[in-house]
Amino acid sequence: MAALTAPADVAAPAVAEAPRGGLYGRRRRRLRTFRFVVLSSFAAFFLIPLSAMVAFSFRGTEPGSHTISAWRQIGSYPGLLGAIEITLELALMTAVVMLVLLVPTMIWVRLRLPRLERVIEFLCLLPLTIPAIVLVVGLAPIYRQIRIHATLSALMLFGVYVVLALPYAYRSLAAGLDVIDARTLAEAARSLGAGWFTVIARVIVPNMWQALLNATLLTVALVLGEFTIASLLLYTNLQVALYEISRGSLNAGVLFSASAASLLFAFVLLFVLSYVVRARGGAGGGSA
Amino acid sequence: MAHVEPRPSGSSRRAWWTSASWTGTVPFFAYVGLFLLLPTGIVVWGAISNGHGLDLSNLKILADPTVRMAFWHSIELCSITAVVGAVCGAILSYAVATGNPNGFIRRTYLAGSGVLAQFGGVTLAFAFTAAIGPTSGFLFHASWFYSFPFGIALIYIYFQVPLMLLVFLPAVLGMRDEWREATENLGGSTWDFWHLVGGRLLLPAFLGATLLLFANALSAYATIQAWENQIPYVVPQEISKSITSEVGLASTNEAQALAFGMILLVAVVMTAYVLLQRRTSRWLH
Amino acid sequence: MKTEISGTGSSATREGVEVRLEGLRRTYGAVVALDGFDLTMVPGELVALLGPSGCGKTTTLRLLAGLEDADDGRVIVGGTDITYLPASKRNMGMVFQAYSLFPHLTVAQNVAFGLRLRGVERTERHRRALEMLELVGLSSFAARYAHQLSGGQQQRVALARALAIRPRVLLLDEPLSALDARVRSQLRDEIRRIQLDVGITTLFVTHDQEEALAIADRVGVMREGRLEQLGSPTDVYSRPAASFVAEFVGLSNRLEGNVSGGRVWVRGLSLPLVDASIPDGRVVALVRPEAVTLAAHTAGETGSLVGSVIATTFLGATSRITVDLGDVTILAQLGTAEAAAHPAGSRVSLAIRDDPVLVAEGSPGAAGDGPAAVADRA
Repeated sequence: MAALTAPADVAAPAVAEAPRGGLYGRRRRRLRTFRFVVLSSFAAFFLIPLSAMVAFSFRGTEPGSHTISAWRQIGSYPGLLGAIEITLELALMTAVVMLVLLVPTMIWVRLRLPRLERVIEFLCLLPLTIPAIVLVVGLAPIYRQIRIHATLSALMLFGVYVVLALPYAYRSLAAGLDVIDARTLAEAARSLGAGWFTVIARVIVPNMWQALLNATLLTVALVLGEFTIASLLLYTNLQVALYEISRGSLNAGVLFSASAASLLFAFVLLFVLSYVVRARGGAGGGSA
Repeated sequence: MAHVEPRPSGSSRRAWWTSASWTGTVPFFAYVGLFLLLPTGIVVWGAISNGHGLDLSNLKILADPTVRMAFWHSIELCSITAVVGAVCGAILSYAVATGNPNGFIRRTYLAGSGVLAQFGGVTLAFAFTAAIGPTSGFLFHASWFYSFPFGIALIYIYFQVPLMLLVFLPAVLGMRDEWREATENLGGSTWDFWHLVGGRLLLPAFLGATLLLFANALSAYATIQAWENQIPYVVPQEISKSITSEVGLASTNEAQALAFGMILLVAVVMTAYVLLQRRTSRWLH
Repeated sequence: MKTEISGTGSSATREGVEVRLEGLRRTYGAVVALDGFDLTMVPGELVALLGPSGCGKTTTLRLLAGLEDADDGRVIVGGTDITYLPASKRNMGMVFQAYSLFPHLTVAQNVAFGLRLRGVERTERHRRALEMLELVGLSSFAARYAHQLSGGQQQRVALARALAIRPRVLLLDEPLSALDARVRSQLRDEIRRIQLDVGITTLFVTHDQEEALAIADRVGVMREGRLEQLGSPTDVYSRPAASFVAEFVGLSNRLEGNVSGGRVWVRGLSLPLVDASIPDGRVVALVRPEAVTLAAHTAGETGSLVGSVIATTFLGATSRITVDLGDVTILAQLGTAEAAAHPAGSRVSLAIRDDPVLVAEGSPGAAGDGPAAVADRA
């Protein structure tokens, strides 16, 4: 049975303030209103042009009519399907090369050469600061050489795309390594007799699959949306193809359907990714 | 006592270990060297030399009035869109951050921002054409839209705000409840908190993100290319003019000088960004 | 180690105020965090709220601080009903579990923050901040930043910051939980020393029973939103009013036994019951290790209280001996010198002191299958 102290008196001493439904209740309500207003305003702002684009893609030749021919044209419009194909292949290739290049290097550096990590980080963030347009100026002679020696069409773009993807991929992979405390895992594996290859391939990498997926999908989104370098280096990828079509006729329905499709595709990828990767705590999360 | 094997002499052992480890990083450095450092070096070298030795005469093009105009337009457009984008993005970040971490809203906004931030140029221009363009006028047709910088600025903001969300949200999430409660407990009001604590803590992150937005706008090329309406040139267009004016690809000295000018501008901005980031990561992570 | 410091004596410098919590109730949706909580704190006393996570102790503290709204009940401090007063006007000092120092301010600026909010002018508030830092022994750290301090130092700064505003009540929300063991015990005694020095009424929330027993004037053991027992550390430890308290505070041996005629029969011994009205039947009796005595066992003797020593845990002045009785394991606590007479492996016979015992909750006979479990809530 609980031993309680009895309240001394029932007569109420001076009351400080009148009740008003709770201070924190009011604050929560204000926050909810704020969120609703802000989130819906921005949603409208972002969705309006996009929905205009989608609506346009269904427009028929007579005013007021609707047709899905624009969407069907994605497959048949000269040059477009090829560009889509090449872009998707490019995305895949870039992602693979990026993973092969970056993952072993980052793990290796983290485990064996920690002092080099700052350098790697700097190099990986550098592409953010060097505008693509600038990079192209310097890449022109290099790609001229590439054209001469290896004409594998637009797929050669993977070379520079990997560099463009570095900042995003690095951040993902670094976060993944942090979360799993790679050093401790490696030490444990080494103490059990594993060689370096085993440590990297069979201990660390399998534990990083979320970060790998994150980096991959960000890379894919990047490649899908890239225009500047491809066009200036005179290759044809998805965005360049769309641009070319627009030069011919700005109102070709296929422009809008293809654009909408590519945006939607990338969005779905990233959205699904978010369910795979667990989220960190929020600003509203309370302490213990 | 157990017999202990004598260690190999210090320096030779370390050298052996070091060189083996270093070879593991060669592929990465080689790759980055070829596709990032070399092009940058080509630009910088091309701008400040004439093929034989140091020669700053190429940089004279930066004084050319058309070029100066282009730089001015760039800076004007990018500052406006950076500031407006940063403020809007910060408000949006706060709205997103205060929601459920695993909720639908946060996922959608983050995925959407990831896409819009990457997909700036071509597709976006088409979307705006559909919404506001002359022959479609789907939504409405506003002639002010075509005067620089308003129309293009609106499109820029369209991908600046998502970028701001992506960059600034982690900082907002790094704000701890304890700070708010401690401020209250010590006698502070909501205004006191934002004025003395919250605002101060988020300021470096906010400024850094604004700078990032500026650099991002500076580099934007695709958008302007695809937005076929007449607008005064900005630097990226000048560069592309320079490169493609001849048949095929060529890096003229002018192009390199212009690119060099851009590098300088962005370098200044990004250095400031990195310095601000250090504060942010110490306080908010 | 238990240092019983008495703080309820009168003192000329006593600054404390009386705190009364009446009928406090707080629910989160369907979950009842606090269910009709009553507590009256004597001026200047330190009350520790102890309990497992989710028991409502932190909720109580936050309601007192004003950081949450109560669904029902009253909070009365110094004779004034402040139930609806906003947190920022309550003038209470609070120390959080961790991370509460403002990272962009120096230690001195952190401590002076509350004074700044009250419009105290710069040199004066700096002076008072240094005074506070002196009190917690960190005056040489005034110009440092939070990230340059250890966990223990940060908490001391947090304490200085809370006290700088000369609050009427001091609130500590598990201030030591995030620290490592050695720092924890040092800081705990220091907090108590400062609290007595200043004479401020203090509410201390913790899940560590050792902490609570060591520094509190009174301990309130909580479970699921209710106060199970409120009393001095000795009372709560030696005369637990409920089996939950007996099992949460200190160690208990759980021994199967039979209730008959107001007494419980455990392994051949008849022990009095705290609650004589327990119906006859099988139960699990809770016996403190201190109530178990050992004697060297002569060969040939058998019985249900004969067994061999498995291990001895040295605790300083006392030692804890684990004895295997064949079907159960029992802990006994003796003076170390005495315990040395029964090394591991030796045969011993046990006796249990004739103190009233509590009975574990749950259906009789259903508690504990196989070897009896020893409840340890450290």
